[in-house]
Amino acid sequence: MAKRSHTLKDHWREQRLFLSRIIAAAVIVLLLTSVLIGRLVQLQVVDYQRFSELSQDNRLRIEPLAPTRGLIFDRNGLIVAENLPTWQLVAIPEQIADLDAVLSELEALGLLDPAERGPLVDLIRSHRGFERVKLRNLSETEAARFAVRRHLFPGIDIQEGLVRYYPFGPVSAHAIGYVGSISSSDLERIDRRNYAATSHIGKTGVERTYEDVLHGRVGYRQQVVNAQGRVLLDPAEEEAPDASAAGLETRWPEPGRNVVLSLDMRLQLAAHEALGSDRGAAVVIDPSNGDVLALVSTPAFDPNRLAAGLSRSDYSALMADPDKPLFNRALAGRYPPGSTIKPFLGLAALQHETKAEHDHVYCPGFFRLPNNTHRYRDWRPQGHGNVDLHDAIVLSCDVYFYDLAVGLGIDHIAAALSAFGFGPPTGIDINGEIGGVVPSREWKRQQFQRPEDKVWFPGETVIAGIGQGYTLATPLQLAHATAVLASRGARYRPRLLIAEESFEGGMSYREPDELPRVNADERHWQVVHKAMVDVTQAPRGTGRTPMLGAEYVVAGKTGTAQVLGIAQDAKYDANQIDERHRDHGLFIAYAPAEAPRIAVAVVVENGGGGASAAAPVARKIMDAYFATQPRGVVEDYVAREH
Amino acid sequence: MSLASIEWGAKPRKALGSPLLGRLVVDIPLLLTLIVIVVFGLVVLYSAVGEDAGRVVRQGMRAALGFAAFFVMAQIPPRYLRIWSPWLYCVVLGLLLAVAVEGEISQGAQRWLDLGIVRFQPSELMKLAAPMMVAWYLHDRTLPPSFPHLIALGLIIFVPAILIAEQPDLGTALLVVSAGGLVVLLSGITVRLILGVAALALAFAPLLWMTMLDYQRQRVLTFLNPESDPLGAGYNIIQSKIAIGSGHLFGKGWLNGSQAHLEFLPERSTDFIFAVLAEEFGMFGAATLLVLYLVLVGRGLYIASQAQDTFTRLLAGSLSLTFFVYVFVNAGMVSGLLPVVGVPLPFVSAGGTSMVTLMGGFGILAAVHGHRKLLPA
Repeated sequence: MAKRSHTLKDHWREQRLFLSRIIAAAVIVLLLTSVLIGRLVQLQVVDYQRFSELSQDNRLRIEPLAPTRGLIFDRNGLIVAENLPTWQLVAIPEQIADLDAVLSELEALGLLDPAERGPLVDLIRSHRGFERVKLRNLSETEAARFAVRRHLFPGIDIQEGLVRYYPFGPVSAHAIGYVGSISSSDLERIDRRNYAATSHIGKTGVERTYEDVLHGRVGYRQQVVNAQGRVLLDPAEEEAPDASAAGLETRWPEPGRNVVLSLDMRLQLAAHEALGSDRGAAVVIDPSNGDVLALVSTPAFDPNRLAAGLSRSDYSALMADPDKPLFNRALAGRYPPGSTIKPFLGLAALQHETKAEHDHVYCPGFFRLPNNTHRYRDWRPQGHGNVDLHDAIVLSCDVYFYDLAVGLGIDHIAAALSAFGFGPPTGIDINGEIGGVVPSREWKRQQFQRPEDKVWFPGETVIAGIGQGYTLATPLQLAHATAVLASRGARYRPRLLIAEESFEGGMSYREPDELPRVNADERHWQVVHKAMVDVTQAPRGTGRTPMLGAEYVVAGKTGTAQVLGIAQDAKYDANQIDERHRDHGLFIAYAPAEAPRIAVAVVVENGGGGASAAAPVARKIMDAYFATQPRGVVEDYVAREH
Repeated sequence: MSLASIEWGAKPRKALGSPLLGRLVVDIPLLLTLIVIVVFGLVVLYSAVGEDAGRVVRQGMRAALGFAAFFVMAQIPPRYLRIWSPWLYCVVLGLLLAVAVEGEISQGAQRWLDLGIVRFQPSELMKLAAPMMVAWYLHDRTLPPSFPHLIALGLIIFVPAILIAEQPDLGTALLVVSAGGLVVLLSGITVRLILGVAALALAFAPLLWMTMLDYQRQRVLTFLNPESDPLGAGYNIIQSKIAIGSGHLFGKGWLNGSQAHLEFLPERSTDFIFAVLAEEFGMFGAATLLVLYLVLVGRGLYIASQAQDTFTRLLAGSLSLTFFVYVFVNAGMVSGLLPVVGVPLPFVSAGGTSMVTLMGGFGILAAVHGHRKLLPA
């Protein structure tokens, strides 16, 4: 092989090259080893004195210092979340000899709940030896009971702390959320070092979404302690002027920043009280910028109890409550929008010219598709006679909208509703939002598994015309879409946070987040607007009664969503069926009609009709906004309840 | 046994006559030094784990497994290693991909492949497979390699390294890169090229920074200024420096290290065990261990210089120097010279996988030396 001699010739060159590399490597290895040895000499000989002192008698302990959580204000400057001083029972793991024995004794004193033993042990074990682990908040008497026995519990201490406090309690619970003890799942999404001294973290709502703004940055102080953990030198103490001389450092925590919400507590309170004991939700939005003025879901819960720490059994009871108080209906409750969908579809039909303003449809009380005997009923069995779009919205004629939907077609319906923000989540700035459903042929193809279920039936288009069938919307989506109607097409992403304290100290306001407009002819907007005004103004308007006597003009639309399917010839009788199967009542509105400043959506679960159940709630909210309620109610509420 | 039969298959006459022991390849200098280090390591570990004999026995069993790997690898003639190199590399790369996919599904750090009976880290095997593959690639090519070949070598090294770094295990990724990279360096590429690559690496540093996870970035930042993070990674460094510094010349004595025994030193039985040693045995103890390591590295480099073909030469050189990288990175990190990356102290830190692969690596070195053909002088 000719190549062989060639390789052989290179072989020697390669070996020489390799040898030179090996020698170079050996030299580098020796150099780096000398660096290591030099480092040992530096640490163990040169700096020996200093390290020896640090290690032999004294130890350097680093105590993390918790930042104070930022405050939350409503748009008028009322405090809706603050920090109050409290006593906390803490454990210092490295100083506890027998953890089980100590916990048993604390339980015997009634300071700990035996049912919490397991999680507490896990909590303590998960911390470093020198970290102070907060066990729970103590009342004044409990703190006193412990204080006199403090010497019996090495490694257990009480310290002053702060507890999160929500002056409005349940009223603001679903919007602001609450803080709770840091769980292992929370640990995965935070920087653990920054929470070394923090025991609570935002769990839902604003508290969770703006956790990074509200929390602040941890600080620390170095202390010199002896082998038993007693602090010998603490730079925070006045009597330790030589602390800095000893090389001890303190870095104070950076407090969390305050935030201002778009919420108006007057409306929030009015909505909460108007919903009362009903299950339901109300959302109020400023159409000019997307500010959420109220976001209420009932029943609510007391966030103060959650922040202070619920016992296991109380928490289970809360979770097991059939009314689901922890469930945020405003963000995640999905309801058939019922007749509240009609103004949006009316506008779409005008735009697509499948219906002209004065086209009439005869309503005999039912609707039939060609060549089909199935009767789609109107809510009014005797029918509405000849109606045009205006009348159909004012009277909420179903037959007109069955006809409109068939003419418009499901794909145009889907496109029109999507343009108003139905379907996917609106993208409000707090988490927990779930989108609704805007059905279409494509949606059905993706949604169902069996081929026969993937087909879109003409009858499904018919009932989509009155917001029944697959169509679902959240109260937030309804309020958002109503705000778009009110502003004649301008869309803003709903938001709760309007300003946060900047690092320099002042408040920095956030710009509204504008979304693509809904475009329609001005005269078409006007037709729909006029009809919605007459819903509350015309003698036969479905929303007239609840708005009687209002000092402002409301444009609105009632809706009733069926929970239960009714057989072809059966009659709906509210008294005969289980309360949970009664219809949901809905109402959307904006006011003042001539220059809208607020858009409202109200859903009352199983409340019956929209006019009777939901519209009165909206009325109370709007009354509060237009200040027909006496001033000072909000302050009174706080004073009364707490 | 099957290995032996492959070996003898080529030489049927010998297979009939000589028993296995007759041809047992053992490198006495390597073996003796390894035994001394392992025993020293067990002694330190006993103190580091708070005199828990059970854990020391378990570590002893891992060491036994390591020595078994040493003996097995020493018996395999290096030419078989050369032939197997591409296959081994491909299999380990496949396993790494499997781990990555699995990790994608469980959405968490995934280093272990669960094979039912045993769980092991494919990334650990890559520390051997990558330098073998690079040496295989270079063994029949003209050296120093030309630029296109360097590109191919870069892929061979960095594809598995990136997969490992994604796991995320920066320490192991670093060792794979250095094991593969050292082969390339030893192959004789010019100094100019080395400088060029170094410049390129610097240029890519920002890219690496962007792909690093928060905790990895934090470690680098903490390394640059440990006092900036006394609650997190800085805490480890501060405490280990106190432990080392308070050891003085001869240490506080075995089982007497206050930092270690008062549980102030984190990870004292694994990555930070060097601090326990330095605290209890002082500067002389620590320096002794470093010298023992140097003996291993020196013997390895000597074996490399005596090797007879390109493959074994490159592989032996890379294995020896990678071993030193282990030592330097660990000791440097514990003494605060380098950032904290998860690299164990060889043969001393508690843990099984690195013990076995490192011992296997030294087995290969013994094989390189023991299976030489004697040339006429």
